[in-house]
Parts: sequence; structure tokens; C-alpha cells
Amino acid sequence: MNEKIIEFKNVTFIYDADDENAEVKEKPAVSDVSLAINKGEFVAVLGHNGSGKSTLAKLCNAILEPTKGEVSVKGIVADTEEKADDIRRIVGMVFQNPDNQIVATIVEDDVAFGPENLGIEPAEIRKRVDDALKSVNMYDFRHREPHKLSGGQKQRVAIAGVIAMQTECIVLDEPTAMLDPKGREEVMQTVKRLNREMGITVVLVTHFMDEAVQADRVVVMDGGKVLMDGKPSEVFTQVERLRSCGLDVPQSTALCHMLGINECVLDVDSCVEEISRLAGGAV
Amino acid sequence: MIRDITIGQYYPGKSVLHNLDPRAKLIITFWLIVVIFLCKSFFSLGLIALTAVAAAALSRVPAKMILKSLKPIVIILVFTAVLNVLYTEGGKEYFRIWEIAVTEKGVNTAIFTMIRIVSLVVISSLLTYTTTPTMLTDGLERILSPLKIFKIKVHTLAMMMTLALRFIPTLIEEIDRIMNAQKARGADLESGGIIQRAKALVPIFIPLMVSAFRRAYELAFAMTCRCYTGGEGRTRMKQMKLGVRDFAAFLFCIAVTAGVVVLNHFFEAVI
Repeated sequence: MNEKIIEFKNVTFIYDADDENAEVKEKPAVSDVSLAINKGEFVAVLGHNGSGKSTLAKLCNAILEPTKGEVSVKGIVADTEEKADDIRRIVGMVFQNPDNQIVATIVEDDVAFGPENLGIEPAEIRKRVDDALKSVNMYDFRHREPHKLSGGQKQRVAIAGVIAMQTECIVLDEPTAMLDPKGREEVMQTVKRLNREMGITVVLVTHFMDEAVQADRVVVMDGGKVLMDGKPSEVFTQVERLRSCGLDVPQSTALCHMLGINECVLDVDSCVEEISRLAGGAV
Repeated sequence: MIRDITIGQYYPGKSVLHNLDPRAKLIITFWLIVVIFLCKSFFSLGLIALTAVAAAALSRVPAKMILKSLKPIVIILVFTAVLNVLYTEGGKEYFRIWEIAVTEKGVNTAIFTMIRIVSLVVISSLLTYTTTPTMLTDGLERILSPLKIFKIKVHTLAMMMTLALRFIPTLIEEIDRIMNAQKARGADLESGGIIQRAKALVPIFIPLMVSAFRRAYELAFAMTCRCYTGGEGRTRMKQMKLGVRDFAAFLFCIAVTAGVVVLNHFFEAVI
């Protein structure tokens, strides 16, 4: 059941490991991380700036090579360029800035870029592109120019580009950081649907608590290490511990914590429920 | 607004010209340009001009837009016409100012050159009006692909062109943003002489270059993530197939060329 798709074994990563400057050399972005992502999971990686969460994402599909330790994707270790390519067929990636990852001047051409690189038959690419665009609700925009779309729409096009490659896993590196609330909502809906309906494993790197809450599992990074790893309900009840590493908890959780409610409260609805119960009990 | 710019000057439509294979269009355009320079008499040139007008009508691109594409060459037209009138001598002399004679041959040459340049511009702008930049680079890549045997990286060149086109609007937006940021800090971009204004552009271009390199770096990452390893083993979603209408277009071109040759032979040459 719990088939591992990405596995980190004692992974350390140092930017500029060859740098003469000892100070730089001794500061790993990711240090001694062991972590396994299971097939079909929706994992959120949380952390403040410089916690190593983006580095962790880039290690997932062989964009970065670990300085020490080993990253394997379905048992494949990227020691050659061919194997790195095999890994990228399994793990797709969406970056923060939608403008810098769109290649073509027309939406459907951009979605086709990945499958074209894989050498797939033209008729099959056409089908995949149409399906991918429909699954992110961008089918009506297929003939449009990407620079005329909103940020959320561009990011959905980027996601469709990965879906069309039919990867088993998608790693999203702060996909909503540059978007407005509406765009963020659109992207989050899409990501959730990918995981729930299409069974794609999702690794979502973010610093928004309300996004992390929607995942099955939350990994909290701090100073290059994994600080916490568990269900949202387990992680977010440790309010003090989260705050000590510069992170906040969802507002509803914070409110209930202040009121001394020990139940795990993650969203507005259950918050209202708990408070009314508390009020009811008091009256 | 700056967001509304379109890349190139493509005019969306569904005309016969729009539906031609981009390769056929590229070859035909190039071919017709060569034929324009083969014309020697007014009759053969007239045939080409007629072809250009017919093609423009077929494309359903509004005449206003085609005239707009002629606007930048008005100065060149006037310049060449004046020079031709003044410096070509022969035939009947109309009048003379000092040493300079305005002759029949001079006037004819001037008119001839003007018609030639106008047809040239109309034909080549029809290509860009009816073909998207993506289709153009795709077509060019396929036409040039035999050059691979000379180790010329045709695919890489075409990819560079596509990316350059893709990033034009993004970089224009960026310039706008940087200019506003510098203005907000008190940069004066609008006053002073040419040198002063050029100097004022330095704080715009340096951040622009830095950000362009950063974008390029990120784009390279993103392309690697999508398994891009160069042109080898790559397939294309949009296949190009030469159809009946493309061959009809080629035949039409051959007919025009033959017409030009015949008319050149039977009528007096102007040039």
C-alpha cells in the first residue's frame, strides 16, 4: 500500500560546495534529511525563508544533486544524465514564477512542449494536451497568448504542461507566492483535484498555512532539517513549537489555542463549531 | 495598455492564405521576391503588382493594415524616386534645371522602382500578416533542417527565435516596471538633451539585463524539468502537411514566373 515514490536518505546539500570560503562551505541548505514520500500522497512542505524547502524540492527531480546522501525516485538514483532524465519523466515540477517557465507563444503549444520532448506520437500529444487543459479548466484559452493571461491562469497552464507529461508525481515550488488571492484559490483547487481525482502524488512547497492545512501530511522544515512531520492535525496543534521556528498557525487554530480549546481546529467551520460549543457550555 | 501588444503583426483569419502551409508561404514569398527583381518591363512588373493585389484581396487583411505596412517606407520611396528622376538620363527631355535634366527614361525608372518596392513590401508583409510567429519559426526550422548535414544546429536556432519572441512582451512589461520604479526614486527620464537622456537610460538597462539573465536561468531549469534535451528524439504536436492548396499555390507561382519571362521578352525593357 505505502509504496515509496521519492526517498531521501541522509541527504545534505551545500550550495557552492567547492567554494574556498569556509563559512559558505559549512552552511548546508539541507542537512541530513531522511524522508519518504509515498505514492498518492499530498504532502505540504512548510518553512520560512531559507529553511531549505525550495532546495528540497529541487532535489526531488535531479535539478540539484545532493552533496552527501542519496535521493532515489522509484529506486532510480540520478548518477548519469540519462537517469536524471528518467527521473524527470516521473517527477514533474512547477516553479514560483509562471512567466519564467512558459516556453511557447500559444497556450496549447506550451502544454505540448513536455510531451514533444518525450518523443510521443503527434495524435497522442494532441489528446493529452486537450485532456490536460480541460483538467485545469483552461481548455477555452488554448489558442490564447500566455502573456495575456492572469497569474493564476498562467500557473494553471504550467500545471497542465506537467499533467500532459503524465508524471506520477508533481512537485510545486511555491506556486502561489506571486499570485493574488483569487489566483491562489484557483491553483489550490487544481492541485487538490490532481491529487484526489487523478491520483497524482503532490509535493507542495509553501509558506501559506491555509494551503498546508489542505494536505494529507505536513513536513515542517527549519534550518535545513525536518522539524516536524505528520498529519495537519498533529502538526498544527503544536502552536508554540511552530512559532519558535518563525512559522504561524492558521488563524482559526490560533484563536482556539488562545481560547484554550484543545481540540484540533484547522478551518473556519470547525472553529465556529468549537467556539459555539464552548459558549454553549459556559452559558 | 502594454499587456495588449501582439507579437509580430499577425492578423487572425481563416482565408486561403492563412491556411497555406507556412513552408509553402515562406518559399513562395522568397520566390516572388526574386521574380520581382527579374521584371524588366512595365507589363511584367504589372503582372507581379496584380498578383500582390490579388493575394492581398485573398488574405482578407483590411487594406488599411496593408497601407500601414507601407508607411515606414514612404521616405525610401520618395528618396529613390527623386534620385532616379534626377540621375537617369535618356529619351525625351521634359525640362532641365541647370545641368540636371528630367527625362522620359528617368521618370519611367522612378515609377518602375516605386512599384517594385511597393510590391515587395506588400508581398512580404502578407506573409507576416497571415502566419503566426510560431508557425514561421516552425516552418523555417523545417525548411532549413537539411542544413543539419553541415552541422548547423537548426533546431537550436529555431528554439532561440521562439523563446526570444515569447519573452518580448514579458521584457516590455519589465521595462515598464523598472522605469516606474526609477521614476519613483526621482530619476528624470524625459528632460535634457540626447546625451543626458541616453545616460538616464543606464539605470533602466542594467536592472533589465540582470533580470533577463535571471529569467534565462530559471527558464533553463524549467525546460530541463520538462525533459528538454535538444532537438533529438523530439516529436511535434502540430504536423505540417503539404496539401492540394499548397501545390496549387506553387503552380500559380510558376505561372506568374512564366508570365513574367514571356512579358519581359515581348515588351521593351525599362531598366
